[in-house]
Amino acid sequence: MIRVENLTRSFGAVRAIDGVGFEAQDGRITGLLGPNGAGKSTTLRILYTVLRPDAGVAQIDGIDVAADPLATRRAIGVLPHAAGIYPQLTGRENIAYFGELHGLGGPRLTGRIEELVAELEMEGYAHRRARGYSQGERVKVALARALVHAPRNLLLDEPTNGLDVMATRALRALILKLKAAGHCVLFSSHVMQEVAALCDDIVIIDHGRVVASGTPKTLLAQFGAATLEDAFVAAIGDARGLE
Amino acid sequence: MSAVMRIVMLKELRESLRDRRTLLTSLVLGPVFAPLFFILVLKLALARSVAVQDEAVPVTVANAAAAPNFVQALRESGLTVTLRDGDDAGIRSWISGSDGLVVLRVPGDFGDRFSSGEPAVILLYADGANAQAERYAARVQQAIASYAATIAGLRLQARGISPAVVQPIVVDSVDVSTPSARATLLLGMLSYVILVVTLLGGLYLAIDATAGERERGSLEALLTVPATREQLIRGKIAASAAMMSAALALVTIATAVALRQVPLETFGMSANFGPDVAWRVFLAVLPFALVGASLLTVVASFTRSYKEAQSWLGVVMLVPTVPIAIAGVLDLQPQAPLMLVPSLSQHFVIQSLMRGDPLPAAWIALSVAGTLALGLLLAWVAGNLYRREAILGG
Repeated sequence: MIRVENLTRSFGAVRAIDGVGFEAQDGRITGLLGPNGAGKSTTLRILYTVLRPDAGVAQIDGIDVAADPLATRRAIGVLPHAAGIYPQLTGRENIAYFGELHGLGGPRLTGRIEELVAELEMEGYAHRRARGYSQGERVKVALARALVHAPRNLLLDEPTNGLDVMATRALRALILKLKAAGHCVLFSSHVMQEVAALCDDIVIIDHGRVVASGTPKTLLAQFGAATLEDAFVAAIGDARGLE
Repeated sequence: MSAVMRIVMLKELRESLRDRRTLLTSLVLGPVFAPLFFILVLKLALARSVAVQDEAVPVTVANAAAAPNFVQALRESGLTVTLRDGDDAGIRSWISGSDGLVVLRVPGDFGDRFSSGEPAVILLYADGANAQAERYAARVQQAIASYAATIAGLRLQARGISPAVVQPIVVDSVDVSTPSARATLLLGMLSYVILVVTLLGGLYLAIDATAGERERGSLEALLTVPATREQLIRGKIAASAAMMSAALALVTIATAVALRQVPLETFGMSANFGPDVAWRVFLAVLPFALVGASLLTVVASFTRSYKEAQSWLGVVMLVPTVPIAIAGVLDLQPQAPLMLVPSLSQHFVIQSLMRGDPLPAAWIALSVAGTLALGLLLAWVAGNLYRREAILGG
C-alpha cells in the first residue's frame, strides 16, 4: 500500500509538485494521470527514493520513504521512465544482476528468473545479448528485473511508452495478473485510454497538484461527463480556471 | 569487500570483457603495442646514433681537374670522394636519381681565382629536403671550412701576420652526450608509457559504468536496489581498478619481452627488466590503479554524456604525467617527501629498479601509502558525488 500526503518538491524556483496526496491500495491498480510536466514522474521518483521530498509524507507499506530508503527499496519494484538495460548482458543476466543486488542467489534466483521469462514470454530472446532487443523486449526485461524480488508494490513510470499494440496488451495482462495476486500497482501515464482500460482508481495531476481522484465511476459523476476523457479535460480545465 | 561491491564489480567486468572494442583498446592496443612502439623508437635511436658516428660521408666532385689540392684535402679529412664529370643540369639529374647524394662542382676559373688570392667559388649541390643529404652536406662544409681556414692561415703567415689575429675567439664545443646517455633519456620515458597504459586499461570501463550507465538510462533503476550509492560506486571503481591492474600486468610483461630485443649492453647499459624487475614494477605501480580508477570515475561522474566523459578523460589521462614532467625539468632526485606523490614515486621506483639500484624499503612504503591514501580519498569523493540527486542528470 502506498500513501502520499501533502508531498512538495521544488527544483530551483520551479515547484514540480505542490501538496500531492493520494492512496494506492493493495490489490488495486492506481493510475497517475496528467499532462506532460504535471509532476507524475517527480512523485514516483520520490516514492522510489531517488529524489527526496522538500515536505510532506510518502509511505510504502507504512515505511517512511525518506527516512528509510533501503527498506523502501526492498518493498518496491520499479520501472523508471528511462528503463535502459545493459546491452552486453543477456536478458537473463540483466534480470539476475538485479536479483543478486536484492540479495537473491543460487537455485532460488534461477528459478525465479525462469518463472519471469515464462510469464513475460521472453523464451525466444532471453538468452541473447540485449543490444539487439526491440523496445518491447527491452521493456519486458526491465519489468522482469523490477519483479525479480517479488515486491508487493509496483511503481511504473509510463510503462507503455514506445510499445506496440501487442506488447501493450501483454503488459496490461501482466498488470492485471499482479493485481489479482494482491499487489499494489501504481503507474503513471498521459494516455487516457491506457488508464481507462486498466485502473481501479485514478489520480489526476496537473501543475503539481491533485485536481481530482476516485474510481472511474465517481469521476464521471463528479464532472457530469459521458467519457473519462471529458472528465479529464473538465478536471484540468477546472483547475486551470481556478488559478 | 561487501556483497554489493563484488556483484557490481563482476557485472561491470563481464560487460567490459564482452565488448570487443573496449577490450581491444584497454588490454591489447595499450599494453602490447605501446611498449612495442616504444622499443621500436628506442632501437631506431640507438641504431641511428651508431650509424651517424661511424658514417662514411660520400661526396661527388664534378670537374675535379681544376682543383686537385682541394680534392686531396677533402680525402684527407675522411670523405669518400668520387670524381665524375658533368655540368649543372647533369648534377641536378644525378641528385634527383639518387638518395642523399651531395655534389661539389668546381667552376673552371677556380684555379685562377684561388692562386690570385680572390675568393674562389665552389658550388655545393644537395637536396635540402633529404635529412641524410643535409647531414652529409654539413660534414662536407665542415671539411671545406677547415681546409679554407688552413689556407687562410698560410696566406697570412706568408704576409707576416699571425693567423691568430683573425681568430679573436675560438669555440671549442665538447659534446659529452653518448648514445647510451640518449637511450637512458628514452628509457626514462618508459614510466610514462607504463602509467598511461595502466590508466587506459580502466578508462572505458570507468566511462561506461558512470556516464554510460546514465546515458543508457539504467542508472535510475540501479539506484532503486537496496544498496547504498557508495557501495555501488565502490564496485564500479573496483572493476575499473581491476582492468587497470590487468593492463599493468600485460604492459610489464610486454615491456620485459620487448626490451630483450634491444642490445642495450653494447652501450654499457644493463637491460634491467627481467622477470624479477617486471614483477617488482608491477607491484610498485599496482596501488596506482586505485588512484587512476577513482580519479577517472570522479571526473566521469561530473560529465553529462559518454562523449563529454571521453573528451574530459582524455585530458585527465595526462594529469599523472605532470609530476614526472616537473620532476624531469627541475631534475629532482628521489627523496622521502617526493615518494608520497603518486605517479612520481612510481616513476622513481621504476627508474631505480631498471638501474639495478633499489630505493630504501621505507621509501617504497611511502610510495604505497601516499598512493593508496589519495586513491581512498578520491573513492570517497566519488561516493559523495553519487549521493547527490544531480547524478541522475537531466
